[in-house]
Amino acid sequence: MSHYDAIIIGAGHNGLTNAAYLAKAGLNVVVVEKNEYIGGAAVSRELHEGWTYSSCSYVCSMMRQALHRDLDLGRHGLLLVPYLGTINFGDGDERLFSYHNEEAAHLELKRHSKRDADAMHRFQTDLTRYSQLIRKTLLRTPPDPASFKPRDIKELLYLAKQFWKLGENEIYEYVRFFTMSAAEYLDDYFENDMIKAAMASPGIIGTALGVYSPGSAYILLHHVMGDVDGSIGAWGLARGGMGAISNAIASALQEHGGEIRTNAGVQQILVEGGNAVGVVLANGDEIRARIVVSNLDAKRTFTQVMDKNNLPDGIYEKAKNFKIRGSSGKVNIALSGLPKFTGVPENRYINRGGQAFTGSLATMERAYDCWKRGRWSDDPFIESVIPSAWDPTVAPPGKHWMSNFIQYCPPRLASGPWTPEKRDQFGQTVVDKLEKYSPGFKDLIVHMEVRTPHEIEQEIGLTEGNIFQGELTIDQLLFNRPFPGYAQYRMPVKNLYMCGSSTHPGGGVSSACGANAAREILMDLKRPNTVPEDDFYDE
Amino acid sequence: MDRYDAIIIGAGHNGLVCAAYLAKNGQRVLVLEAAATAGGLGASREFHPGFRASIAHSVSHFSQAIADDLQLASFGFDPASDPIPTIGLGLDGNHIVIDGTKLLGAGSDDVAAYGRYCKSMHRFADVLKPFWLKTMPRIGSANFADLAAFGNIGLKLRRLGRKDMQEFLRVASLPARDLMDENFENEILKATLSWDGLLGAKMAPRSPNSAVLALLYRLSGEARGAHAIAAGGVNALISSLRGAAEAAGVRLRYNADVARILISESGDGLSATGVELRNGERVEADRVISSADPKTTFVNLVGVQYLDIGFTNRIRRLRCDGYVAKLHLALSELPLFDGLQQPDGRLIIAPDMDAIEFAFDDAKYGESPKNPVMEIVLPSLHDPSVAPDGQHVLSAHVMYVPLKLQGGWTDAARDQMCERTIDIIARYAPRIREQITGQEFLTPADIERQYRVTGGHWHHTEFAVDQMLMMRPTYGAAQYQTPVPGLFLCGAGSHPGGDLVGGAGHNAAQVILG
Amino acid sequence: MNSADPYAGERLKLSPFHPRQRELNIRDAWSAWNGYKFADYYYDAEYEYFCVRNTCGTYDICPMQKYEIRGNDAEAMLNRMVTRDVKKIKVNRVAYCVWCTDEGRMIDDGTIFRLANDRFMLTCGSPCNAWLEKSAFGFDEVQVADITDRLAALSLQGPTSFAVLQAMGLAGTESAKPFDILTLPFHDDTLMVSRTGFTGDLGYELWIKPDLALRLWDELYAAGGDYGIQPYGEAATNMARLEAAFIMPAMEFNEALRTVNFEHDQTPFELNLGWLVDFKKPHFSGRRALLEEKRRGPKYTLTKLDIEGNKPADGSYIYSNRRCTQEVGYVTSAMWSPAVKANIALAMIETKYLQGELWVEIYYEKELRQYSRVVKCTQKQKPFWTPARARATPPPNY
Repeated sequence: MSHYDAIIIGAGHNGLTNAAYLAKAGLNVVVVEKNEYIGGAAVSRELHEGWTYSSCSYVCSMMRQALHRDLDLGRHGLLLVPYLGTINFGDGDERLFSYHNEEAAHLELKRHSKRDADAMHRFQTDLTRYSQLIRKTLLRTPPDPASFKPRDIKELLYLAKQFWKLGENEIYEYVRFFTMSAAEYLDDYFENDMIKAAMASPGIIGTALGVYSPGSAYILLHHVMGDVDGSIGAWGLARGGMGAISNAIASALQEHGGEIRTNAGVQQILVEGGNAVGVVLANGDEIRARIVVSNLDAKRTFTQVMDKNNLPDGIYEKAKNFKIRGSSGKVNIALSGLPKFTGVPENRYINRGGQAFTGSLATMERAYDCWKRGRWSDDPFIESVIPSAWDPTVAPPGKHWMSNFIQYCPPRLASGPWTPEKRDQFGQTVVDKLEKYSPGFKDLIVHMEVRTPHEIEQEIGLTEGNIFQGELTIDQLLFNRPFPGYAQYRMPVKNLYMCGSSTHPGGGVSSACGANAAREILMDLKRPNTVPEDDFYDE
Repeated sequence: MDRYDAIIIGAGHNGLVCAAYLAKNGQRVLVLEAAATAGGLGASREFHPGFRASIAHSVSHFSQAIADDLQLASFGFDPASDPIPTIGLGLDGNHIVIDGTKLLGAGSDDVAAYGRYCKSMHRFADVLKPFWLKTMPRIGSANFADLAAFGNIGLKLRRLGRKDMQEFLRVASLPARDLMDENFENEILKATLSWDGLLGAKMAPRSPNSAVLALLYRLSGEARGAHAIAAGGVNALISSLRGAAEAAGVRLRYNADVARILISESGDGLSATGVELRNGERVEADRVISSADPKTTFVNLVGVQYLDIGFTNRIRRLRCDGYVAKLHLALSELPLFDGLQQPDGRLIIAPDMDAIEFAFDDAKYGESPKNPVMEIVLPSLHDPSVAPDGQHVLSAHVMYVPLKLQGGWTDAARDQMCERTIDIIARYAPRIREQITGQEFLTPADIERQYRVTGGHWHHTEFAVDQMLMMRPTYGAAQYQTPVPGLFLCGAGSHPGGDLVGGAGHNAAQVILG
Repeated sequence: MNSADPYAGERLKLSPFHPRQRELNIRDAWSAWNGYKFADYYYDAEYEYFCVRNTCGTYDICPMQKYEIRGNDAEAMLNRMVTRDVKKIKVNRVAYCVWCTDEGRMIDDGTIFRLANDRFMLTCGSPCNAWLEKSAFGFDEVQVADITDRLAALSLQGPTSFAVLQAMGLAGTESAKPFDILTLPFHDDTLMVSRTGFTGDLGYELWIKPDLALRLWDELYAAGGDYGIQPYGEAATNMARLEAAFIMPAMEFNEALRTVNFEHDQTPFELNLGWLVDFKKPHFSGRRALLEEKRRGPKYTLTKLDIEGNKPADGSYIYSNRRCTQEVGYVTSAMWSPAVKANIALAMIETKYLQGELWVEIYYEKELRQYSRVVKCTQKQKPFWTPARARATPPPNY
């Protein structure tokens, strides 16, 4: 029987980050992963010969640069490159090109609405301001507002001070942003539905809220507060696919002496005398360690791999009530050529960016209405990107792979359980919509992989297929994430920690959860901190 | 020409409360009401010969303190009337009856859960309680009283204790649906309990951030959220307020439609000096207090030229679209609901939370709901004067009926919605159609026009977190004072806003009296 | 959108004067302004600058934003938006104005042309549609139209500018006073001439339908051939405006609606534009905040500096002593002024330090080596360049 300082359950990017920092501090760590590959949802897989899919997450903007730099991920093979704008497709022939270049972007907006083109400056200024405040919290452990510990009070005062500093006007504006729906929030800036739809769409990605649901404006912010090289709101692609991120972190981990075991799913977290002492693997092997860190989501951690009797009263219920709603699908397509879209010039720059089939606000909202009723919309919101248009490593020369993210797809259908047939019908809906905007698209398809929340859950273990490991609503943010009183990465059982996106600051390939958890663990183990404290460089 | 200390625009309940307080403190007060009677949305009017109804049909938390101060009892209103039960109607005649902390008709698990639910909700509501009759502090202010008020909020939260404080901070932003799903099994119970968090709002059970807060807000009232209809109905409240105001020396003028607020400009800035009526008549006063909604007050009565552009924009963007229609039925006899001996209470027709959600889903696109959900009350059981002997009035709040219907509200569209609503009532009270002798259906657009309320919104402006407390209606006007010196707000668009409470009128008077 | 040019959507727009300007821009020195391709310079910035000071030059102001505001409430609407009293602007007169947020922070500056009792034109450097729309809300009778693309405009500046207009046979220009507007017949249409500009010297701005733009150009250049006419670009403009001590967005001030950090925007008082704020006029946006600002005194004051030596002080800090121990401000624009032979600058300086000495630490480079020196600054009350001809009516006909 082997003995470690720490076992990390799940080799997703946060688990690997957590392990890397613990190993860097000199701990003897092992990461156990149920799949034969690492990366969790930040993964690159060759699912069709010659094509490498980022089969789950597909773009990146939240990766904390302080961690990227600190773990020297560039040397470990990671290159993040911003992509050049997005094409938004309206319900009909309307197109909105979000060019990378500021002058061009302005002219294009002006084509739709002069007023909105102008208002965009204020919108981006305001977003930048709001992002700055949130970004200050990303690499910090949330304080417990109900605690009297000096550290919590100090941290709470820090946050209060940052907030108070905004001044009366901005605090109110901030409350609006934090609590309103994306669509209504945007009403203050824009009049054009196409522009509003394009701006609102990040507000629904990954969430069981609609563009008209209060709270979706924050999701919008969550998606734009990231940046690539200081340009807030920019999105980047990882060369080699999202797995390149996980692989680079794993490489850093291994360089620090950490160990990774694949095909090692955890059956149970061992608790003895109220202390977590190790794990039992699916094959019956037992691994023991001083501490156990779960990178699984909160619901899975407490309702699947732990014995209810080992938990203090109420925790099982909190985990059961934890909102982790699957709402997204993913369709990965290998293509024999670059698809052409109607109404889009053959501009080689803009066609290297993304495509967002936003339609209108109503189209997106109706898709949400379908989700509520346990079915998928015939006209779903699709966010696509064709990474092979710039990444030579993910498809054979001249061939392409297209990532399609679909909002919404229900975790459970009103018509009964998901079956392979229904999954394929869902995929067909997506292809049909793409064909509408790209006649001949179907003929280009070489291979296709369809993932509903069911597949996402089955394969990478995200409960209900929720990509954030838990909804990003106020009741599950900051000191409420995952549960009030347990937001500081320490769990109700001694020596048990959590480091996944179920913890602050939530979903997205940011590595922040894993890094923050490592900081807390090192503090408990009385080891010197190896984790950067601040990641926002001077804005 | 008479000169007044204060002119109050609108004789709704808040206007009357404010007027009565000012007059009791020696001010010369004139209330100008555009309609022929007092009461605003609480005013009783004849909708069918011999049958009367008001938009507001119950009182859930009119302040006892205000009633005492103004001696409303001596003018015929008793806020301590017995609360009426809230009854969630079941199609099979199996109803859920909620009577304070008593719950009937649900399984034993739900009954037990309801006890726990009440206990914790009441504890949470108590945190909000002290805010009712208080002017909210101003954020960013260095004023000691303001800072102390914020400190007090923090202290109140802390006093809940660690667990409850943590839970409060989680629960406060939950959607109604999650709160109900976490606690209960019975679908009708869940729908019925979430009703008070959603009524009057552009929110459905899945909408986060404001519904539970709205629910807690109502629970934090003195009646703990219980609804009551006093003897004499809503009308008794209105007439007692009118009586109290007049007894205190307030002068009330009806059919006095204010066209604009008079503003003088000097080097020192602006000041409100009086009003001009639609007929051109001018009345002067030291200050003008508006109980009209914020959009009407600032955009129509003040005029944007006297306001800063950013402030105007904040008023303009207030979300004021009403989603509640009103159905009034004149009935030849007491309607019989399957499984109910006496339809005495607030009857909720919402079979489950999805039913509420889906009704909202229609309305949000500007469509009329295919299956509306509603709250029914029979005011004639409490105030026999609203209907001829032995006959009855049915009053229903129908949700969600959009202000802006696609294609506009035509007579045909209104009739269709009305018939659809009656059809649904008939599922529970099968003989109702035979009993109807007269009917009226008011869409939010009708309410907007007839009652001069922007959007036909009962609460004047949406009761959402960003439009509540010190943000109601918006900063710069959230402490009853406005950017125009001498002009004050005292209506539902100000804290604590909405429902028949009287808090806004009371608080505005306190600010004015210093 | 499937036009022959796949990059059409991304390319800069071309001004109606572009065909002529392209021929003259032999250095291909282009930059961009509000989505238009725009000359940084044509031949040589300093040469163009001297044309503006010595003969005359034309500067393409098509990319400048132009809005038509009309209707019975147009005056009231503008008067509530800007800090100056619009009522006092007579028909066919122009006024320089600024407008502010509720907090009194400056959104932008521009000029208001009163074309009739109920018709105005507002021009400004950055798009203002959204703010105008907000400003017009609540006024029943006012229409705002963005006419930027419907009106070509060319600035003609310099001592011989009047002579050129005379040579073109434009009658009436001799009696036009500064800030006057003339409407003259031009090829069955009209040419609007305003005696305005951004150089501090004698000059005019010419406003015309885009269709007639090239005709205007050709006639102007035909008439101006003997008067040294030459197109000038952004670089020369920036030199001339600094000598005239005119403020420039993104140099002297950061537009309030585009400012992330609030301490980075400015009030009119900080920009030394208090004279534009009229507290006796009807209510205007930001009045309350500006009254308070006036009472308290601005934290910073934009100051004109004459600096020792000849090294331009761009981006330098200002100190209250030679040892540079107390930092009191920063330079916003600086240059060596060829016309007045002085090392000039505009600087934002904390008001309370204006009474004392001012020193600036200038970094400069000599043959790739970096040097710095601390030199003394002298405050100037008047703009650096103020020729009498700029105000004379009729102006001298050189």
